[in-house]
Amino acid sequence: MNITLRVWRQKNSQDKGRMVTYGVDDVSPDLSFLEMLDLLNERLTLAGDDPIAFDHDCREGICGACSLVIDGIAHGPEAAIATCQLHLRSFSDGDVIDVEPWRAQPFPVIRDLIVNREALDRIIQAGGFVSAPTGAAPEANTVLVPKNQADLAFDAAACIGCGACVAACPNGSAMLFTGAKIAHLGRLPQGQPERDSRALAMIAAHDDEGFGACTQIGECTAVCPKGIPLDVISRFDRDVLSALIRGEN
Amino acid sequence: MTDLYTEGAPIVDEKVPPGPIEQRWEKRRLGAKLVNPANRRKLSVIIVGTGLAGGSAAATLGEAGYQVTSFCYQDSPRRAHSIAAQGGINAAKDYRNDGDSTYRLFHDTVKGGDFRSRESNVYRLAEVSGEIIDQCVAQGVPFAREYGGFLDNRSFGGVQVARTFYARGQTGQQLLLGAYQALERQVAAGTVEMHTRHEMLDLIVVDGKARGVVVRDMTTGEVATHFADAVVLASGGYSNAFFLSTNAMMCNVTATWRAHRKGALFANPCFTQIHPTCIPVSSEYQSKLTLMSESLRNDGRIWVPTRVGDDRDPREIPEDERDYYLERIYPAYGNLVPRDVASRAAKAVCDEGRGVGPTGLGVYLDFADAIERMGQRAIEDKYGNLFDMYKEITGENPYAVPMRIFPAEHYTMGGLWVDYDLQATISGLFVIGEANFSDHGANRLGANALMQALADGYFVLPATISDYLASGPFEPVDDTHPAAKDATDAVSDRINTLLAIDGDRTVDSFHKELGSILWDHCGLERTRAGLEQAIAMVRALKEEFWRNVKVTGENEELNQTLERAGRVADFFELGELMCIDALHRDESCGSHFRTESRTEDGEALRDDSQFAYVAAWEFGGAEPNQPVLHKEALHYEYVELNQRSYK
Repeated sequence: MNITLRVWRQKNSQDKGRMVTYGVDDVSPDLSFLEMLDLLNERLTLAGDDPIAFDHDCREGICGACSLVIDGIAHGPEAAIATCQLHLRSFSDGDVIDVEPWRAQPFPVIRDLIVNREALDRIIQAGGFVSAPTGAAPEANTVLVPKNQADLAFDAAACIGCGACVAACPNGSAMLFTGAKIAHLGRLPQGQPERDSRALAMIAAHDDEGFGACTQIGECTAVCPKGIPLDVISRFDRDVLSALIRGEN
Repeated sequence: MTDLYTEGAPIVDEKVPPGPIEQRWEKRRLGAKLVNPANRRKLSVIIVGTGLAGGSAAATLGEAGYQVTSFCYQDSPRRAHSIAAQGGINAAKDYRNDGDSTYRLFHDTVKGGDFRSRESNVYRLAEVSGEIIDQCVAQGVPFAREYGGFLDNRSFGGVQVARTFYARGQTGQQLLLGAYQALERQVAAGTVEMHTRHEMLDLIVVDGKARGVVVRDMTTGEVATHFADAVVLASGGYSNAFFLSTNAMMCNVTATWRAHRKGALFANPCFTQIHPTCIPVSSEYQSKLTLMSESLRNDGRIWVPTRVGDDRDPREIPEDERDYYLERIYPAYGNLVPRDVASRAAKAVCDEGRGVGPTGLGVYLDFADAIERMGQRAIEDKYGNLFDMYKEITGENPYAVPMRIFPAEHYTMGGLWVDYDLQATISGLFVIGEANFSDHGANRLGANALMQALADGYFVLPATISDYLASGPFEPVDDTHPAAKDATDAVSDRINTLLAIDGDRTVDSFHKELGSILWDHCGLERTRAGLEQAIAMVRALKEEFWRNVKVTGENEELNQTLERAGRVADFFELGELMCIDALHRDESCGSHFRTESRTEDGEALRDDSQFAYVAAWEFGGAEPNQPVLHKEALHYEYVELNQRSYK
């Protein structure tokens, strides 16, 4: 099949950036989207042009590095996958496809399709953990966790930290990402002692980084490669509110 | 062959205490010097890599109060490739009351490694395995649970007990997030300084001691030095030498290879694991191979048609025309034989022309019986994400049609040589996780990698590195030291050389060609003639690389082509050593299958009289590379050396 790509090219963070058109001819529908970019980059390199820079690593949808907005949708047209899992069989011969980086104020572009997502790490630093120093742990079966609670915690813990939720949100909110961590740890008995302080610290860090507020639009969960449900945000709000009330008492 | 390498003095692990095996680790810990908490903040440690080993070590040393500086090439430490481990982590908890024990985990691992690992190290690994699970549960790792709230277990290849803890098919991700969160907690506490998008390009050795690293900031191209009292490499394995592997695209050998060039011995480089259950290659542009967790072999049955060239839809092939070859050849272990055995058996049936799929390089992994027995719902619960992943990649529905699988390069047991303290042959250089060679011998058992990486990072290294750090204080070192200046200049020269070649071939085209040489001649089966040919081919290709590679752009920018070029250049040197190691080891053991050395029924035939040793290679110069072999003799006091049998 033949594809036309319109790709965001930006030399560095100071550069203004622009869309550039490339033709990619004669590719198999079984190629992954990123393999098509590899192929285009091979051709650009041989022609002496700079290849397109994009983040990627595991190419199996778990590391969270890949981060392309494809035809206006974070991670592209298929539901519940990361960019690296997208294949050309999802497109048609002759398609013109726009490829852009994550767009959000806390994610400045570094080059081409690569953005800086360190703000997400800083939210975790604020409280996205259980303070369990190595060596202090009791025997693993001492604290029982009902299976359904463990399963719900896992569903939230499946977040890969890619930031698609932020890229998709009209408010540039990272509440799905942050709420997922709150829900993961808050569902487990091990997460209870720090539950209040975690919620307050993480909401403050989220806001300090310049992420917007949640207005329950739901674009985030629609593009999430792991299908993190929107109710992690309600749970987060409830934890913040409870912590504030308890704090006042 | 004698002109390929020379033999040097034998090497001995001097750190392991004598005495009964179950007392050695305790003795070593008691013998290790300690650093009091007030003095720890005056001592510094550099850690390269933030996977399970590096992340857990950075968190633990930070908690202890050392000044830790941590580096990763990813944009976040949470993305290290440990995240992709699917199946599980072993621990000798015996929660299933099925006869498991520390001793049995030790025994299974030594046997699974085909008697090419150290008994003392493996015993220690089994001893600390239970503490790892305790630690991870305390961090909030959402392991699978029984309805009563207890931890669930499943079984993995090469063992007859259920000792594997898991979090659906994303165990590596959940364990890594536990370590990552502990690490970020220390970043917030100020004990760990984290540098993302930084790649280590050289080791700085001062007066025989590892004292720092040269790193390149991958965003700006700036080459800078960092110094510390000890350096820890946790940079993973080198499967990407094969180009196509299950590793992430950027996984590389550069950190350990640069340390090797500075004097650290590289042990057993030819011991690389080929995983039996990966999705088959479908196109020449394929960039990586995807693993389907070995846990699938618990419920899936592997088969090929009995008749050569039977290209019917698998669902139309009747039971009596199917060959469940693992169950037939290995009735005791069936579909759960170790990885090396399963991989070679798949190759054998494909060589007979009974392989399936468009390329003929595939076998079926069939869940029809399991779905009938347990219902589709139960299979979805256990393996849902793996089935989804298969469907996305192949476009086929594995609930209805059997999966097609084929072996792919997955893990490297070889790595930098370390003693019982995990210290390399350069003082102050510690190597942990997949980057060292220590515990898996010639073949790693499923769910043992996560266990070893976390054992090293949470429990072993923190105990042993204090013994080294207590020997301080260390002379201050800075940029002005000649060793630092030389290392920095060498890094810059190499970058400039790569940029100046301006040849006709892309980095990837060289990498793919190198990978196919290694896969053909240093992969599932190795022969003397093939390896000799491969060494000549790798040398010729390396020569062409340095004359004809095209690296666009410049250093002072984010330049992914330049990053890859440096990594591929190191894979050439490593690839050559892998072939030399495979050629010199004129026996079959575990993953290393020399066609010349097999039993009457075609199984790997070890030669313990000549090869019961670790091959630790000293760098022998770049041109020509004539490495020096140092042998560490292996002794088996507890596990009887015998021919592995899974029948």
